[in-house]
Amino acid sequence: MLDRTADNVARATPEPLAKKIRGISDKGLAWLFISPTILLLLAINIFPLFWAIYLSFTNFRANRPNEVVKNLGLANYQRILGDQDIWIAMQTTAHFVFWTILLQTVIGFTLAWLIDRKFRGHAFWTTIILVPMMLSPAVVGNFWRFLYEPQIGLFSYVVSFVTGIPPTNVQMLSNVELAPWAIIIVDTWMWTPYVMLICLAGLRSIPEYIYEAAEVDRASNWRQFWSITLPMALPFIMLAVLFRGIENFKMFDMVNLLTGGGPGSTTEVASITLKRQAFESWRTGYSSAFAIILFVAVFGLANIYVKALNKVKQR
Amino acid sequence: MSLTTAHSVVAPSSNAKLIAGTIIIAYALISIVPLLWIFATSFKTPPDSIAYPPKIVFQPSIEGYCNLFTTRTRQTPEYINSLGPATGFCDETVRKRNMVIAGPSNFLPRFVNSLIIAFGSTFCAVFLGTLSAYGFSRFKVPLADDLLFFILSTRFMPPIAVAIPIYLMYRELGLSDTALGMILLYTAVNVSLAVWLLKGFIDEIPREYEEAAMIDGYTRLQAFWRTVLPQATTGIAATAIFCLIFAWNEYAFAALLTSGTAQTAPPFIPTIIGEGGQDWPAVAAGTTIFLVPILVFTILLRKQLLRGITFGAVRK
Repeated sequence: MLDRTADNVARATPEPLAKKIRGISDKGLAWLFISPTILLLLAINIFPLFWAIYLSFTNFRANRPNEVVKNLGLANYQRILGDQDIWIAMQTTAHFVFWTILLQTVIGFTLAWLIDRKFRGHAFWTTIILVPMMLSPAVVGNFWRFLYEPQIGLFSYVVSFVTGIPPTNVQMLSNVELAPWAIIIVDTWMWTPYVMLICLAGLRSIPEYIYEAAEVDRASNWRQFWSITLPMALPFIMLAVLFRGIENFKMFDMVNLLTGGGPGSTTEVASITLKRQAFESWRTGYSSAFAIILFVAVFGLANIYVKALNKVKQR
Repeated sequence: MSLTTAHSVVAPSSNAKLIAGTIIIAYALISIVPLLWIFATSFKTPPDSIAYPPKIVFQPSIEGYCNLFTTRTRQTPEYINSLGPATGFCDETVRKRNMVIAGPSNFLPRFVNSLIIAFGSTFCAVFLGTLSAYGFSRFKVPLADDLLFFILSTRFMPPIAVAIPIYLMYRELGLSDTALGMILLYTAVNVSLAVWLLKGFIDEIPREYEEAAMIDGYTRLQAFWRTVLPQATTGIAATAIFCLIFAWNEYAFAALLTSGTAQTAPPFIPTIIGEGGQDWPAVAAGTTIFLVPILVFTILLRKQLLRGITFGAVRK
């Protein structure tokens, strides 16, 4: 009712006055709409971040809240950079990120290229391939433990059936050599569809007329692939690589359930080390410092990511 | 032309299509096997589930589902014989293993927690996200690019790194292990996705609609409500499903910040154990029930999937 009256008044009044009577100005409305989101993120993301920065300079332990907190300056950071275990965890993470991305990119791009041959029923099979990436990495990762069980697990059974290794010897999760590959296999199974989907968009963005022109010039298929397909799909592939890189750099859930970092610490990626330090050893100050270091690394990657993303958008 | 199309990429030959199709179908079938195995295991009896060689053909049983929803205690055969007749299929199955049902398990409450937290946080994230996306899309916001980057960057924080101070903050505020705390947290994580996706969708709605509505005497707010929102329904629905899937699947925060009353299904399912180790049919049953909604959503979403997973960077 009130709106109506205001409306009628507004219609009869000259423009500058009308704006005032119509209620909130555009500028006010913009802030009214945006500020709740910003406030929420400040409260749940930025405030805790600053708290973590403060803690990273102290010897605070969350399981002893009544103890006097001492300021250690940069000592936590120095200890992290000199900590052998942290470097091993970073190497484990690098190994995991490198191999998962390599496998996912190669397989994902190949699948996308094959789907782009547009055979009959490709839409249906594409949907089937996409299913694993939508599922909870924790819940599915947990089930892979069963598939990896020696002897009774399906994966171990198939491996021993194909290779002839006795089924009790296929110990994917308890073998020091195999455990890092066990997590790489599950991650690749889950996330190859992701890379595939982005590559497919890249391939479909290439205009047909470019291939037609290449045909007129009698360029071979091989030449067309290297000079047209790959360069034109490259920004999309990079986008997928960066996104997977960031996600796998902070990988926690699947690895935590599959191996928990074990056997020993052979699959202890950075996030698992962080969890062990923060929630098992309760070295809150020390782990906060490690968290900040990880965050800075991810933030750097994110910056590159957004630049690449804008490049893709411009095309 | 017919000479060149034989090996053209523009129109792949029927041979190429056949080979491509075969490889894709083979990959799809292999990649779906673990999921089919989860489904099959949920209908196996515990002995069948750990048989060697793994059983592909088996007598289906709903023992896994019985075990998922109940807790059981072992009793002597004499005691079991002294009880009255079994009250249902589950009761009967459990008694064959010399056990009696002691009560309901925690699965149902955990599942309900998942529903409450996922839907609650999705509603909040989409509500805030729609407003912000409209703000960024239609108004000149100072430092808009920086704010948008800030919003996105919060998504890149490693969850464990955020969890340490959140854990302390929630302990101070009494939000530890509460549904409200988890809803706030998931809203904060999802709102970045919601803003970026919805900004893309709203950018695609021509401004002329609102301008026309405003010339007709609507205020900006009315124009937003009556012209933009109805046009953005598809985008809002797709965004909501993406937020829902994230909140449904989330594990790291849930595992570290909840332990009892507000625990969701992902940290609970791995803890389902039977006598002498993990009760795989029950775990498989829980996993199956947990995954089915996501399967349905994936099929509903398949046209918007690409957009969602790239924060709106790639649109088909």
